[in-house]
Amino acid sequence: MRHPVELKGRPASDGIFAGPVFFLSTADAVRQASGDPAIERRDFDAAVAAAIAGLGALVAIAEGEGAEMLAFQIALLEDDALLAPARDLIGQGKPADIAWRKTVDAEIVGYEMSDDDYFRARATDLKDMRDRVLRQLSGTGGLGSQAGAILIGDDVPPSLFLEADWSKGGAIALRQGSPSSHVAILARARGVPMVVGLGDIIRDGHSEAAIDGAAGLLVLSPDAPQKRLWSAKADALSARRDREAPFLDRPARLGDGSRIELLINVAEPEELAVLDPGHCDGIGLMRSEFLFRDGRPLPDEETQYRAYRRLLDWAGDKPVTIRTLDIGGDKPVKGLTPEGERNPFLGLRGVRLTLQRKDVFTAQLRALARAATHGNLKIMVPMITLSAELDETAVLLDQVMADLARDGVAAKRPPLGIMVEVPAVAVAPELLAKAAFFSIGSNDLTQYVMAAGRDEASVAALGDPAHPAVLRLIAHVANYGRERGISVSLCGDMASEPRHLAALIAAGLRTLSVSPASIARVKAALAEIKPI
Amino acid sequence: MTDWTSSSVVIRHKVGLHARPSVKLTQLAKTFAATVQIAGTPEGPWIDAKSIVKVMAMKAKQDSTLYLRASGGDAAAAVTALAGLVERDFDEDRAHAASG
Repeated sequence: MRHPVELKGRPASDGIFAGPVFFLSTADAVRQASGDPAIERRDFDAAVAAAIAGLGALVAIAEGEGAEMLAFQIALLEDDALLAPARDLIGQGKPADIAWRKTVDAEIVGYEMSDDDYFRARATDLKDMRDRVLRQLSGTGGLGSQAGAILIGDDVPPSLFLEADWSKGGAIALRQGSPSSHVAILARARGVPMVVGLGDIIRDGHSEAAIDGAAGLLVLSPDAPQKRLWSAKADALSARRDREAPFLDRPARLGDGSRIELLINVAEPEELAVLDPGHCDGIGLMRSEFLFRDGRPLPDEETQYRAYRRLLDWAGDKPVTIRTLDIGGDKPVKGLTPEGERNPFLGLRGVRLTLQRKDVFTAQLRALARAATHGNLKIMVPMITLSAELDETAVLLDQVMADLARDGVAAKRPPLGIMVEVPAVAVAPELLAKAAFFSIGSNDLTQYVMAAGRDEASVAALGDPAHPAVLRLIAHVANYGRERGISVSLCGDMASEPRHLAALIAAGLRTLSVSPASIARVKAALAEIKPI
Repeated sequence: MTDWTSSSVVIRHKVGLHARPSVKLTQLAKTFAATVQIAGTPEGPWIDAKSIVKVMAMKAKQDSTLYLRASGGDAAAAVTALAGLVERDFDEDRAHAASG
């Protein structure tokens, strides 16, 4: 019987889970070498074939760039130029796993040494491919056996997350990793508890564990009292989930049956791989910042066009609201955002910045206008304060439409709406009556109304989106929109929290955009609300 | 002496011959029985166009010229098809038009 070991890491995805552990890292999974080259060769060929089959299944469910990188791995595993050196080493008596690792690692070095960012990034794909075959060789193979377990590893690639079966619950605990990684994004979208940065997790005979995603806590081999405590927590959570689950694929309605338009907020297109468009009424906020990551080259029009197309393809005829670049504030991008601002949240961010970088703004508007021919796309402009800013954006969009028409490129002018997050707009929305729609960004609106920075822990208690001052502004905007026939939605975090929903409905909102993992929860909570 | 059918084509693709274009190129090359080779200069070194590992290792950049040659029964068709794929920028726009 092992003593309990408590480890503290960083929260990456909320939720509680207790169950068996499943150690992922290849360092933990050692192959028992047979000593017979013929058997090693047979196992090696079988492992490669199994890895290709697994990848083929993944390609079918992965989206966009993810799918392309999986196709790249398949092509590598079908290439004799890669397999032959490994088979030669096996023929010379090396165990299959060692031969394979040596061969692929030699190839990886070539990628890692490259001076080309894109080429260097492919090293991750090669490692993923290498580990995929190694898992097969060590018998930890297909992740089917992991269903309902806590996966423990150094870090995990997104493909492995997509490969795993989460229908029986499960969780992820990583020695390294980051809350902003793609896997963390997928885990949040899918509602899988996850903790990162746990440091050394020693295998050491542990066979079960408990995890609290929100607290960033992992307990290996919990003792009897701990187990009771954790299973009570986990039971409460799963009872809640069971209660909410039936709501997932129903339309969102209030207690009186009236319909609520429930949209989702998306930060990364990869999230869509684990989401069913049938569960929501569209995308209420697609952040475009995923294309503009710090330290990477700026995306050109073509790259953006393809990314926006994929979102529209996923949504079918449902609306997809894409927010134009919203960097600055707490989201710096080198070469775009100003350096040394004394108060970045009150500085050059959102549309204030893009109007100064017309080259970047124009490329994005062109990509959006071209993509708009493939679905129901809307453009949302962040950080609007004055109507002049919306006018200037509209002129730019007109220019883009004229240029595209002149060049004979298919395009459509999407409706141009705004984020309502600057108090000046929330107080006097009539000054922006030209906007096609309003979407209230309650996170920023709250920080500006309460004068409490979102990133300041010391004033976090002041940042209450349910403060009467904030709610009054929300109601004001909702009422103005209703009178003037301008649709109003709310896409801040408060819409995903059941405790705030009654206040938002009372404020007159009937369109909400929420985090994907909270769809069932929000629908269940809405059904309890009786509108006045 | 092997008889080669040859051609050359300029790579217009934004990031050059990277993962996605390389996958397409090797997949197409494999549909031919002929030996198909590519190089970055007319003198070689010539590498197997059916090997993704080798094609990627060329690190061919945008606006560089890709030399193609093939020998065997369907050599002429292979060279025409591969040059066409590169000329059409690896069918990226067409593929997207088709998927929508």
